[in-house]
Formats: sequence, C-alpha cells, structure tokens
Amino acid sequence: MSAPHLLASGSGDEFEAPGLHIFDWGPLFPDGPAWLDWFTKPLLIVALAAIVVIAFSWKAFGNPKLVPRGVQNIGEIGYLFVRDQVARPMIGKDGDRWMPFLFSTFFFVLLMNLAGVVPVLQLPATSHIALPIVLALVVYVMMLFLSIKHQGLVGYFKNMMFPPGLPKALYIILAPIELLSNIILRPFTHAIRLFANMFAGHLLIAFFATVSWWFLAEKLTALGAGVGLVGFVMTIIMTAFEIFVQSLQAFIFVLLAASYIGGALHPEH
Amino acid sequence: MTNLLAAAVVAQETEEYKPLAPDTAELIFGTIAFAIVLILVGWKFVPAIRKTLEERTDAIEGGLKRAEAAQDEAKETLEQYRAKLREAQLEASSLRKKAEEQGAAIIAEMKEQAQAEANRIREAAKADIEAERQQALASLRSEVGALSVELAGRVVGESLEDSARQSRVVDRFLEELEGRARSQEQISS
Repeated sequence: MSAPHLLASGSGDEFEAPGLHIFDWGPLFPDGPAWLDWFTKPLLIVALAAIVVIAFSWKAFGNPKLVPRGVQNIGEIGYLFVRDQVARPMIGKDGDRWMPFLFSTFFFVLLMNLAGVVPVLQLPATSHIALPIVLALVVYVMMLFLSIKHQGLVGYFKNMMFPPGLPKALYIILAPIELLSNIILRPFTHAIRLFANMFAGHLLIAFFATVSWWFLAEKLTALGAGVGLVGFVMTIIMTAFEIFVQSLQAFIFVLLAASYIGGALHPEH
Repeated sequence: MTNLLAAAVVAQETEEYKPLAPDTAELIFGTIAFAIVLILVGWKFVPAIRKTLEERTDAIEGGLKRAEAAQDEAKETLEQYRAKLREAQLEASSLRKKAEEQGAAIIAEMKEQAQAEANRIREAAKADIEAERQQALASLRSEVGALSVELAGRVVGESLEDSARQSRVVDRFLEELEGRARSQEQISS
C-alpha cells in the first residue's frame, strides 16, 4: 500500500489538502463476501470500543473486592470521576441510580473518540454522525420519557415553557424559545457538538500530517522543507490537543446527558 | 485489509461523501453496540462496583462506630475504677480514724483501770495499816495493863504517901510510854 492513498488522493504534482473523502471508508474486506460489505473501518472502531469498555469493566468490576486490587483501583477512579463530576452535580442525590448509564456512555464515547489518535485506527468513530445521533437519541428519548413520567405531559410543557416567577409579557418570547430549544434543537445540538468536534479535529490532524508528508517525503525541496517541518510539529501538537478535545467532548456529552436527566427528574432547577 | 488504511480509493469512484447524512449500517451497528455496552457494563458491572463501594462505606463507618463504642466503654470502665479507688481510699482513711479512736479509748480505759487498781491497792494498804495500828493499839492496851501492874508494883515499892507524887509518877510513866509508842510508830512507818 502506498502513502498517497493514505494521506492525499492527489495524483498530480500539486499539493492537495485532504477533504471529505478521508471520512469515506469502503468495506473493510472488499474482496470478502457481499454480506460483509457494510462492515467498514468506523464500525470496526465502534466494535473495538465496545469490546474494550466491556472487557475493562469486566476485569475491574466483574468480581469487586471490598479492598480493591489492581485494575479495580483504576476502574474505581473512573467510576468516582463520573459519579462526583457528572452524576451528583447534575442529577443530585439520586444521581447514583443513573451511574450505569452515565459510566457506560462516558467510556464508550471516550474510547470511540480516542480512536482518533490510536495508530492504525486513527479515526474517531464519532466523527461519523450516525454514532452521535444514536447516542443523543437514546438520551433524548430517555429525557422525554422521564420528564413525562415525573412531571406529567401537561406539567412537563408547563414547567418548560412557563417557568414561574417571570413577568407575564416575557412568556410570549420565552415559551416558543424554550419549546424550540428543549424539544427540537436539543438532540441536534447534543449530537452535532460531539460530531463536529471530532470531525474538525480529525480533519486538522490529517491536514498537518499530509502537509508534512508531502513536503518532507513526497516532494522534498529546500523551500518546502520548512513548511513540512512546521506541518510535522503541528501534527504532534494537534494530536496532543485532540487527546484533550476528545476527552473533553466525551465528558461534555455525558455531562449534558446527566443535565437533561436531572432536569427531567427535578424540573425546579 | 487494505481498507483499514486507505480511505479514498472507493470514495473517488462513488458519489460525493455527505458528512451530515447518517449511514444506515452505522446507525444499526452503533445502536446494537451501544445496547450491548449498556446491558453488560450498565446492568452487570457498574451496579456491582456501586454495591461494593456502598459496602466499603458501611464497613468503614461500622468500624469507626465500633471503635467509638470501645473507647466509650474503656472510658466508662476507667471512671468506674477511679470511683472504686476513691471509695477504697475513703474507707481506708475512715478505718484508720476508727482504729485511732479505738486505740485512744483503749489507752484511756487502761489508764483508768490502772488508776483504780492503784487506788484500790492504796486503800487496801491504808486499811492494813489501820488494822495493824488497831491491833497494835489493842496489844498496847493489854500491855498497858501489865505495865500498869508493874508500875503499881513499883509505886507500891516506893512510898505511897503523897498523892501528888503518885500522879507525877503515873504521868511520867505515861509520857515514857507515849514516847516509846511514837518512836515505835516512826520506825514502822
């Protein structure tokens, strides 16, 4: 396999920045059976992320000890992080009840994001919008269900659109805005925030990697070497930055999910 | 496995890639993967660790409570011991006092008894002396008779003409006798 295939699709002498095609992956086994055509690299990453989360949780929590040993310690740090930074501040005292969902979601998203900097994988699965949509939809359905269960259908909309204690005239503006942001925009912003961050991050790393490859390896010239060097350094910096963004976006995704659940359970906040 | 690393090959041949259009296979596979993660991790493993953490909290709290109870008990026991010690000290001091009092009483009694005994002895002695004196007196009287007879003999031996002379003789004799008796008494006492 040749490098141009990996990095830049340009076949001419001109440098060509990586475009949308770096997200477009064909079947993982092009010569395999036709029924496996749907299995692409992003789906391999999803599967790996799921397997790693399950395996890690199994190893850490499968047979938990009162006095923790080894992997259980690490797992507990992760659990306590999600519990104390996400579940309890966002949902409150009964936040612990939602830990199974929040913990699983956080680490599943985190691993799919981090695949963007893992050698060979090098693609955040969440940069394919289908995955953020699935995750955000689950949260959205849960939020609607819990809201109606705890506040009643009428109560839910009343609490949302007409929160008490405001001047009456304000409701004319507030009610439609709240309805729009809570019911219609919320799942989109939730999904797209994650998708767009991963998408842009992957594009940035790919761009700098392509620049350094093109100017340092493909078409090495005295003039271009400087540009290639900058691209090389930037690739490293952006990779570090992406690790941060990928972790942060996984955190924000569950933070928002917890906040939506908390809002459904305790509308007064 | 070529398509693990090369993205563009297929893409260029097919139509434009639309990043905002979700792929059906990804939707389905993503849902299934997420469901499996939720079921295994969420239903099985996370509740297990949650339970363990709660048990640990309980164990630590229980341990602390037990330690507190033990400390309280120890304090109570110490207090009890102190009270007992105080009591014992009090009892000891009262016993000592009692003993002292009793000792003093015994000594006083003994003194009294000794005094009484002394008195008794003195009285007895006095009585003895008195009796002896009486006895002496009695024997003296009987002696006086004999002596009188002797004196009378003497008087008779001399002239009995002058009564004044007679009485002088008797007086002298009696004085002589008294002087004898006194000297005798002085010797005996």
